[in-house]
Parts: sequence; C-alpha cells; structure tokens
Amino acid sequence: MLTPLEEEEIKFVAEHYASLDGAAIEALKIVQRHRGWISDDSLRDVAEALAMTTTELDSVATFYNLIFRQPVGRHVILLCDSVSCWIMGYDNILEILKRRLNIAGFGHTTADGRFTLLPHVCLGACDRAPVMMIDDRLYGELDADKIDAILAQYE
Amino acid sequence: MEKPLTRNMLPGRGPFSLAEYEKAGGYQALRKALTTMSPSEVTETVQQSNLRGRGGAGFYTGRKWSFVPMGEDAPQPKYLVVNADEMEPGTFKDRFLLEGDPHQMIEGIIISAYAIQASVAYIFLRANYDVAYRGLQVALAEAQAKGYLGENILGSGFGLTLLLHESAGRYICGEETALLNALEGKRAIPRSKPPFPPVVGLWGKPTIANNVETLCNVPHIIFHGAEWFRSLSRSADGGTKIYGASGKVRRPGAWELPLGVTIREILEEHAGGMRDGVSFRAVLPGGASTDLLTADHLDVPMDFNAVQEAGSRLGTGTMVVVDDRTCIVGLVHNLIRFFAQESCGWCTPCREGLPWLTDILAAIEKGRGEPGDIEILRQHTHLLGPGNTFCALAPGAVEPLQSALKYFEEDFERHIREQRCPWK
Repeated sequence: MLTPLEEEEIKFVAEHYASLDGAAIEALKIVQRHRGWISDDSLRDVAEALAMTTTELDSVATFYNLIFRQPVGRHVILLCDSVSCWIMGYDNILEILKRRLNIAGFGHTTADGRFTLLPHVCLGACDRAPVMMIDDRLYGELDADKIDAILAQYE
Repeated sequence: MEKPLTRNMLPGRGPFSLAEYEKAGGYQALRKALTTMSPSEVTETVQQSNLRGRGGAGFYTGRKWSFVPMGEDAPQPKYLVVNADEMEPGTFKDRFLLEGDPHQMIEGIIISAYAIQASVAYIFLRANYDVAYRGLQVALAEAQAKGYLGENILGSGFGLTLLLHESAGRYICGEETALLNALEGKRAIPRSKPPFPPVVGLWGKPTIANNVETLCNVPHIIFHGAEWFRSLSRSADGGTKIYGASGKVRRPGAWELPLGVTIREILEEHAGGMRDGVSFRAVLPGGASTDLLTADHLDVPMDFNAVQEAGSRLGTGTMVVVDDRTCIVGLVHNLIRFFAQESCGWCTPCREGLPWLTDILAAIEKGRGEPGDIEILRQHTHLLGPGNTFCALAPGAVEPLQSALKYFEEDFERHIREQRCPWK
C-alpha cells in the first residue's frame, strides 16, 4: 500500500505529464525516496496507482541506473568510472573504498548497512576527477585522507 | 574579449538571484522579444546569428525552429524541451551554466518557446546534478512569482508553463528522441526518424529539443543582435563556446572563449599545459564519442567545421587530454565499456557489437590478445558505423576506437606481441 503522503506526491507530479503513465519515473523516484529501494510490493503499488501493469512498470524501473530494484544501504556511494576519472586513477579510489568499507567491491553493502558502493557513469565533474557522490553530495579530487574524513560524516 | 554567457558568474559566490540578474540587465531580452518582435522575427534573428547547437550535433538552431508548424492550424500544445542530460563522459560545461546562472537559461527558454509558440517547456535534467536542481527550483519560483512564467507574460498574451524533470539516469536519454520517451515515462529508446520531433515529438506534438548552452545564448542574440553575436566568434559559426579540459593538465576547468580558438590555446593558456612528469599524447576534443586527435592537430581551431576536417568532431567542446603515461588500449576499453553498458539494447549491432568489442579490448589489455583481434576491431568500426543503427550511440562509440587504430595501431600490436600491457 502506498502511504497517503506518497499518493499525494504522485498525484501532484502526475499533473505535469500529459498521460498518467507519463509519471512512471517520477512515481518510482518518490517511492524510492521514502523506502530506499523499489521492492516487488512497491512496484505493484505504484503500477496500480498509475493504471499500468507491473511488467510494464518493471520494464521502466529496470531501465534506469538509479532506480534500485534491490535493497541498498542507508547511503549510496556512486564512484565515477568513466574516462576522465579512469585517467586520474579511480581504480585506486575503488581499492581504498573496498578496504575502508570491508566489502568485496561494486554492488556490495557494508555489514552494518551503512553504505552501498556502486559504479557510476560520468558525474560531470571531470575537472575535479576522481570524483564520487554520496547520496546528493559530490566529492572531488579524492585521495586516501579525504575519503576517511568523508566517510566519517555518515552514520 | 566579451563573455556573455559567464559574465554573471562571480568567483566565490552562488548564482544571481532574480533581482541581481535583472539589475545586471537580465530579462531585458525577454521584454524586447515579447513586446517588440514577432515569433518569426525571433527565429529569423537566431538564424542570422549562425548559432549552432552546443549539445554535440551542431545543427543550426534557427533552422531547427523553422521546421515547427506555426499558425492557428498547428497542433497544440507545442513543446520546448531543454536537453540538460549532460552525461557524455568528459563533459561538464552545462553543469557550469546551470549552477552558475540559472536565470540566463530560463530567460533563453521563455524567448525560444515564444519563437515556436510552445506553451509547455520541460527542463530534462540529468540525475546527480543536485546543486543545479536546487538552484533551478529557486530560480523557477522567482520567475513564476515575478510573472515571467505563467499566463500573459509581460502583457504579451503569450503564456508558458515551465517544468523541471530530473532523470533517473541513463546516457541514452541525451539522444533527442530517447529523451522524449523518457519524458513520457517510458524506457529511453530512440525513435525511428522521420518523422522528426519538430513535427511529431513529445506525446505526438511538435517539439523542439535544445541543449542548455544553446538556449543560454538566445537572450544575448536577441538583446545585442545577430551581427554582434557573429562577431564574437573567430569562425563562421556565431558566438562564444564553453570549452573545457580534464585529464593530467595543470589546471583542469571550463572557460568561455571565442568559438574557434585552437586546441593549443585552450591547453596551454587556459589549462596551463601538462602536469610535471607527463607529456601530451592525444585528445578527445569533444567528449567520449569523438575521434582522438594528436599533437599534429594542436593548431586546429575548435569550431564545427575545422575539427570535422581534422577527422573528428567538436562534440561538446570539452576535451579529455590523454598523456603519455596513459595506455591508449586501456582508454578505449574504458570508453567502449561505457557505451556497451549504456546501450539501450534496441538494435542488434549496438547491443551485440559493443559487448564483443569490450571483451576483445579487455583481453588485449590483460595480455590475452590474439593476432586477428585488430582486424575484428577494425571491422566493427564499420559494422557499428553510421547507417546501421537507429541512433548515433554506436557510431559515436566507435569513433575513439577507429582513431586509436589509425594513430596508435602500434600500441595494440605491442600488447598482443608482448602479451601484456606495456603501460603497467
């Protein structure tokens, strides 16, 4: 079941599109903002609200990189692996993150559920490479010392 | 040197508020367009300015607008879509404009919508541009409150609803027709053309999609005139350009410069040359989907025609600099892997060809390359080239590969001969 707040937010944003299913991506984002990810149950609820089939909506949900169809940690780290960050050594940053978070690599969540680490396409901050985002904050010119200070800010 | 696009961007502070923007002359162009010019006069002025699209394809903006059906019989509503889906690896120029002066773009949107008589406009903003998103929300609310958006703007009878859509992230959304499908809440798969969006676009209605930087130029063209705009440039195409450089240069960044400055000037004067201990080897002049150029091309002017004549594309005008300590095979592997991942999967050459190329390049890089591999790579630059796919993703993807084979074939051969990456 969608919460009254989720329903209200979806209804509001649906006004912006010429068809109800036009709000599919926005609706998925709204529910993900509240629940962290899109479970099968959430998907069914959103599909019902938009008068779509679950399959139809899942074809949209699975297309976009930032709709999570699996649970993620409380914070999501998006590490840029595109060309400028590759030149500037994002692979070193990946190794540091793996060690600090004690995880096997991309796609994994820390044992305490604090962080999920994901690879991400160019974050459009190539002048500050290598870069990553944690939730909605961008961090650039990364090195080992900076990473420790950044990670410490997140509970 | 005039820098119209960045004149309101002051170091150490956020973007201008509406009041500050107006004080600096903002929204005067909107007033001029809506109260003294007809829609066709606006389009005509933009045509005369020789403004070409800044998103990568370089189509003439005014000419694009002229394809939109006008008059009372035209289908309604018509749409203007701002392509702010800046996801080309190596590109960060639109972020600069979106974060630095949101009102400039909003003014450009309203004038452009007036020219094509669109009543609804969408800003299609890529995911992860959170600072730009928040800045645009503030600026949109200010413009709405002041009456620059909504009904009967400045008493002209023209009205515009401007909506902000934040993408859920996928490179292919930057392709004009894929973007329209994404806005309709669908998978972002490119549409077959014709019909073209100016006639049949969003929800089947006439739609113009323009890049952020393109639209930011419009208020200045309207305010100062087409001739002034052409005079800003060192080439036949009008205006300035936001150029950028990343990679191992001393001062990576973005700069507004006359259209047509040379690669050397950007690299040496603005980016400060190469960092100590590395030297220049090659450059992707306009993002991940442009052919590599080499030291022989440093004096090529960065304008649409000159870069094309040199065998590449101006693209987004933001350069990725490749130094002598960076492996070209590894670089191309990174690029092709990106395109393979971001392919929408709709047409076979792209869906099947790019993962195959990724595997071959990975094998070569890891020292498991085979003698026939270079020939397979080369064949794919044709198989995935223009004319074999719905959209430009695969043809763009093979541009760095074909140029790497042209200029640096010896690097590939060495990897295969020595069964290792000589740069590791």
